Amino acid sequence: MKLRAGQQLVSAVDTTKMIVVRAPGEEVTVTCAGVAMHEPTSAAPTGVEADPSQLGGVVLGKRYADDALGIELLCAKAGSGTVAVNGTPLEIQGAKALPASD
Amino acid sequence: MNLTMLLDMAADGFGDRIIVGDREAGLTAERLRGLAIGAARTVLDRGADAIVHLEVNGPAFPVAMFAAAYAGVPLVPVNYRLGTDQLTLLLAGHPGAYRIGGDGGVEAGEFLRAADTATGEPPDPLDPAAPAVLIYTSGTTSAPKGVVLRHENLVSYVLGSVEFAAAGADEAALMSVPPYHIAAVSNVLTNLYAGRRLLTLHSFDPREWLRLVRDQRVTNAMVVPTMLARIMDDPDLDRAVPTLRALAYGGAKMPPRVIEKALSEWPHVDFVNAYGLTETSSTVAVLGPEDHREAFSSADPLVRARLNSAGTVLPTVELEIRDEEGVVVPAGVAGRIFIRGDQVAGEYAGVGSTVDARGFFDTRDAGRLDADGYLYVEGRIDDTIIRGAENIAPAEIEDVLLRHPHVADACVVGLPDEEWGQRLAAVVVPVPGGEVDPDEVRAYVRDRLRSSKTPDTITCWPDLPRTPTGKILRHSVVNGLTSTP
Repeated sequence: MKLRAGQQLVSAVDTTKMIVVRAPGEEVTVTCAGVAMHEPTSAAPTGVEADPSQLGGVVLGKRYADDALGIELLCAKAGSGTVAVNGTPLEIQGAKALPASD
Repeated sequence: MNLTMLLDMAADGFGDRIIVGDREAGLTAERLRGLAIGAARTVLDRGADAIVHLEVNGPAFPVAMFAAAYAGVPLVPVNYRLGTDQLTLLLAGHPGAYRIGGDGGVEAGEFLRAADTATGEPPDPLDPAAPAVLIYTSGTTSAPKGVVLRHENLVSYVLGSVEFAAAGADEAALMSVPPYHIAAVSNVLTNLYAGRRLLTLHSFDPREWLRLVRDQRVTNAMVVPTMLARIMDDPDLDRAVPTLRALAYGGAKMPPRVIEKALSEWPHVDFVNAYGLTETSSTVAVLGPEDHREAFSSADPLVRARLNSAGTVLPTVELEIRDEEGVVVPAGVAGRIFIRGDQVAGEYAGVGSTVDARGFFDTRDAGRLDADGYLYVEGRIDDTIIRGAENIAPAEIEDVLLRHPHVADACVVGLPDEEWGQRLAAVVVPVPGGEVDPDEVRAYVRDRLRSSKTPDTITCWPDLPRTPTGKILRHSVVNGLTSTP
């Protein structure tokens, strides 16, 4: 899937919802618990099951990224699955020193 | 990418934390969500196509903002101080709106009670490209225009500048600008997302502000420069603010005298100067706490000058300075400020998008970058005075006037002149107990600039006409100078 900033991705197998903060140039496959994530407006895939080896979970409000790929996702709803891109789990990011003004 | 997503995250993440109002009686994040959904039901039942907020700041404002988001209609915060003619004209543009406040509107308390008793499921999520907020510009240089801010613009700003749930449970922010100002809108969102309780002060008074900071153990606050000036200038105030950690300011030029006094009186406070426009969903450049301390303590005039800058642009924003032909100019050269980024809306109601082919928005502000990327904002392009063949930015002269030890406030305008086209007229407000000798002040400016930039006249007034959010009303200054018998 070709991602765009602001896009929402939901899990087919748990409550996970991710927001695309930084989108890579090329097409990628984003999975949650091993199952492809989809946009809330499109139909969820049927007959799929969570991969028991990919249940690391994601934490609400945390950013998940792969700098080499240039992708960053924000967790808007926590879930039990591991979020991976092209088969590689994304890394949780530490709190950023953001230049907050308010 | 909808404002309701931010509220859902807050309610899921820290639902029982008090997020709006008093530290004991305020609203929790979960309660705010419940009220917003209830209010959305009420608004939809009336078939309204917008929520007009014509009230002072208070708990009804965040409820109205998220209610509008759940209902899929824009929130239109309107200046409750507008004259009858202007207000009638503006409200005529929203005949189908649900209105909070004003004659014929629902009173804020009644709005909250209706929200509390309404029942039903939240409406379906809506298109992130839908308008979330419509803010009318103050119209200091032209007729008020409705600035359209879409959900995606505001959410981009929040995600790009705030870490979710990063605030400690003891943190509280005090907002003193009125709800029809972009900073009041963005503060509702950023403080909620950070998990910081938001308090409002609807009629600014320095004594009341200081009392609230102490009583409510305020840690973060936002003011416009005139407010900080009033806090710092009153010799009889107890300015102890032990809980205050961060003070953000913006919206107009900060006089060096005021920020320098604040830095020396409150060394424990992190000062942040934020530059942004309504059209850019608030802040696009920030002069941070370390920049303030470094500039304030530096002997290097170039570093020290940064205290008067707007800092550096956010990593999520791109900025260009262009000349009159549209060519990007190098560091050190002044021109027109253009901005690009997901938070930049650049769109007006009835007009559409005004961004250029490359996605940049023309701020109509003059400015320059220094070699290290610090942005110096030199006022509105529309305020430029043309004296002879020379373009003169009033801000440059005002900056010098404001450094004069006896000048508290200053404004430079162009008046019609047969010989020069325009001549330079300055109005200055003396500091309390200070005296201004016009000839001496003119000599002070001439020593620092040059004679063509020295005001032809200097007039003393007890006050400058400003909007409640601190912007100088230059037309009123011109009228005041030309109508004097």
